[in-house]
Amino acid sequence: MNLIQTLNKEQAERLSAGKTIPDFEPGDTVIVNVKVIEGERTRIQAYEGVCIGRSGHGLNESFTVRKISYGEGVERVFPLLAPMIDSIKLVRRGKVRRAKLYYLRGLRGKAARISEGTHHAGQGREAAEAAK
Amino acid sequence: MRSGVIAQKMGMTRLFTEAGEHVPVTVLRLAQCQVIAHRSKDKDGYVALQLGSGTRKVKNVSKAERGRFAVAKVEPKRTIAEFRVSDDAMIPVGAEITADHFVIGQFVDVTGTSIGKGFAGGMKRWNFGGLRATHGVSVSHRSIGGTGGRQDPGKVFKNKKMPGHMGVDRVTTLNLRVVQTDVERGLIMIEGAVPGHKGGWITMRDAVKKTLPKEAPKPGKFKVVAAEVNPAASEAAPVEAAPKEGV
Repeated sequence: MNLIQTLNKEQAERLSAGKTIPDFEPGDTVIVNVKVIEGERTRIQAYEGVCIGRSGHGLNESFTVRKISYGEGVERVFPLLAPMIDSIKLVRRGKVRRAKLYYLRGLRGKAARISEGTHHAGQGREAAEAAK
Repeated sequence: MRSGVIAQKMGMTRLFTEAGEHVPVTVLRLAQCQVIAHRSKDKDGYVALQLGSGTRKVKNVSKAERGRFAVAKVEPKRTIAEFRVSDDAMIPVGAEITADHFVIGQFVDVTGTSIGKGFAGGMKRWNFGGLRATHGVSVSHRSIGGTGGRQDPGKVFKNKKMPGHMGVDRVTTLNLRVVQTDVERGLIMIEGAVPGHKGGWITMRDAVKKTLPKEAPKPGKFKVVAAEVNPAASEAAPVEAAPKEGV
């Protein structure tokens, strides 16, 4: 392992210490609790939407969450290990056949639904219960 | 004026700050960066430190060079560079400069040899616009176009920007911020990119266009190998008790 890999690994371990990141995939609905700094105060803002892709790995892994906010599609990209993320909750597993769900961008309403995935043998439901 | 250092570019990564931002950094490593010789006003007409870094097999070092390292009682070095310093910023010969020579938040200038691009056209080398994609242009979309006048001046002026060899130049990037230092591993992390490829040797000095923070150690932060402790070593230099490997 070269020096850069070692440094990345060390930092990834430091950032993920004390955090449990659920094993979510594209198509899953997640709640990302984001720390928002307002002057001196920090509060937590929940951002719920469909994960439409994950990219990178290790320290550089990031994921995109899409939601419809006031009729407007919004996508946010989060680094998986960013310190600004307080926690990630898996709400619902989705059944999809793509790694990147960019096709959702062109769809609205009923057409943009993703059916519940069962390939994780109830894990999604368990996680959903846990999230509640 | 403090001494600079010779460092090796190890690659780039990112650092996350507590505020949630991430900083792209270049990791530079000090590979046994030691003072090899002094340049003095009396003898050489200017004051400077000669530094060496890296390691080299003794069998690959010429006899003449071996002599220079023997005088300084240091192991043969891969690269050597001189840094002009002021009279009060001398560091004893044999001292190894450590990563906390630079304080976090200060600005540095980094000099390296840029990555070679080979024979490059005018668009890549000088940011020329090229010719049009259509309207009768054939084959020469990326050509440089005209290069001069007609009968008058009847020649192409010297230094006209043209295609040619690009890269492998000495490039200095000014005002890069030091984000983190790691003394144990001899690492310095600098915000942004520095010239050259991974594994390349670069020189680093305090930024000439920024004021040096007051907490920056003077004449520098270094450790002296115990076997040859120099009484001139200042308080700023923590003397390392454990002797280093044989010279």
